[in-house]
Amino acid sequence: MAMQEVKPIITIRNLKAQYGEKAVLHDINADIYEGQVTVILGASGCGKTTLLKNMLRLHEPVEGSVKFWDTEILELDEIEFNNMLKKVGMLFQNGALLNSISVMDNIAIPLEQHTKLSRRIIEKMIRVKLNLVGLSHAIHLLPSELSGGMKKRAGLARAMIMDPLILFCDEPSAGLDPLTSASLDELILDLKSQLNMTIVMVTHELASIHRVADRVLFLDAGRLLFQGTLDEARVARIPEIDTFFEVGKFE
Amino acid sequence: MDNIKLESSKLIVAGVVDRNTVPELKKEVQHLMRRGEVQSLDLSGIESLDSAGVAFLECLRQDLEEENPQLTVVAAPLPMLKIMQTFADRADEVEKPAKVSIFESIGEKVEGAWLQLKDAVFLSSEICWWAVVGVFDRKGQKKGSFTSAGVQLGYDALPVIALLSFIIGFILSLQAAAQLKIYGGNVFLPDLLAITMVREMGPLITAIIVAGRSGSAIASEIATMQVSEEIDALRMMALNPIRYVVVPKFHAITVVMPLLVIFSIIVAELGGIFIGLQMLDLSVTTFITRSINIITLKDIVISMSKSIVFAWLIVIIGAHYGFRVKGGAEGVGKATTASVVASIFAVVITDALFSLFYLG
Ligand SMILES: Nc1ncnc2c1ncn2[C@@H]1O[C@H](COP(=O)(O)OP(=O)(O)OP(=O)(O)O)[C@@H](O)[C@H]1O
Ligand SMILES: [Mg+2]
Repeated sequence: MAMQEVKPIITIRNLKAQYGEKAVLHDINADIYEGQVTVILGASGCGKTTLLKNMLRLHEPVEGSVKFWDTEILELDEIEFNNMLKKVGMLFQNGALLNSISVMDNIAIPLEQHTKLSRRIIEKMIRVKLNLVGLSHAIHLLPSELSGGMKKRAGLARAMIMDPLILFCDEPSAGLDPLTSASLDELILDLKSQLNMTIVMVTHELASIHRVADRVLFLDAGRLLFQGTLDEARVARIPEIDTFFEVGKFE
Repeated sequence: MDNIKLESSKLIVAGVVDRNTVPELKKEVQHLMRRGEVQSLDLSGIESLDSAGVAFLECLRQDLEEENPQLTVVAAPLPMLKIMQTFADRADEVEKPAKVSIFESIGEKVEGAWLQLKDAVFLSSEICWWAVVGVFDRKGQKKGSFTSAGVQLGYDALPVIALLSFIIGFILSLQAAAQLKIYGGNVFLPDLLAITMVREMGPLITAIIVAGRSGSAIASEIATMQVSEEIDALRMMALNPIRYVVVPKFHAITVVMPLLVIFSIIVAELGGIFIGLQMLDLSVTTFITRSINIITLKDIVISMSKSIVFAWLIVIIGAHYGFRVKGGAEGVGKATTASVVASIFAVVITDALFSLFYLG
């Protein structure tokens, strides 16, 4: 199988996360492979967003280890960690655009702060990325003037602006119409095949899972029930996963 | 009431059972149940139901069964049964979080306050560190933010500060003039006003206004960014949120606050001059020369150092409450209010400490 040849780019071991006293993730062990699209699945509230945030130290895990490129990130100091973050992009569930500045300025932030590129080049790069997500007409709008789905696409453009090696997406297609959602899936497949980007995404859309997923991680109430390819998931005979795919089919 | 009656130990509920009739029905049931044991519950006459009605019937049945486990139930008509099924209470009861005793809650409060203080100390050291670094290296700060923060903190505050300072200068002088006149001490009004304004009132009024206007704005801006994941997004862009958001404001307020204090003192002097001219027959020149002569270098140093310390307190406290916000929009409101209260409190306490330190 092809999978054994690729090496894990992220390894998560015994990860445990809490909000206050409340344990949300229990003992997660998972691998994410280079150049693949890994989809995190699970019911609403099972801890998918929490898993992403704990992998990226936006929320400090209680215990466990998270390695990116064989480096333990929980032990990095701020400068080392920032250098690593420059190779990573993230789309948040609600876009998380800075509300006081326009879409263009939002997307420009990483370039302005981390590079010495001229404004002209920066603007060109922004236009290209916005075009990829089908949002070039919204370049001068403020986030408050965008719809939910547009915010998300602008957020995706911002996440891609530094051409990251790993892209995290929290529900990129939720709240989008089927056409836009399908074109985002196309985009994700392009990023994977043309740029060999590693993509980790959370999604509920069965159609999009079938289109893009190389591997799935299935979470249930804070535990990892399964990791592997879709075909493996189908024959694994895990009741929760079977119901998930069964129910989804009729939608 | 004819919707509900008790006939030879048979409780009959009929007609409309919805959120409007349930309160009445409930009262009636309590009456009826006192009159004797209920053997059966007849629901066959129910004509209309909503979810409140279903909940009422379920409670009623539970109560009756508790008293008489042999209770028989005559079912409701089919359409009503369907409604009852849809709204049936199938969820498990979730245990309420245990009530904490008053001592526990006091204990938690004290512990919470201690943790908060620790947080605040960490945060202020971090802000101060990046503020110093930021003077030499503007990298990682929001573009144009220093200027816009300066305008927002300073320029926009001028009208309020002018108005309040004038009134305070005016009132202080009015009160003092009445007393001074009795002892023939007219010429001492400028001395008194200048010293009070420079050493105490100028920095204090300005700080209170800035805390109310800008401390709250800082807290709510950061809190909003926190709850809408903008802070997380900044982190993901390899930026330090303190450096990006707080430091420009910190620099701006450090520059602007002393200027605002000077402005406040000058305007208050105008209020004083007005009284001096009207009530005490002082000329403008005497007023100004006496004011200037009485102020020492030490007074100015105190005034300016106070204003800068107050400014820092306001930014740090605003940022502190902003970053530790919990929950959504409601949390933002709470954080904002808390930050204003805390920063005014901190300003007054620090002012008292300054006075003790310099007088002692
Ligand atoms: N800031 C928070 N404070 C306390 N508990 C939280 C917080 N955020 C999330 N939780 C809890 O953690 C659990 C997992 O939340 P999470 O946001 O990871 O779910 P999710 O899988 O992303 O759901 P969805 O598909 O709806 O986005 C939930 O049960 C929620 O109650
Ligand atoms: Mg989520």
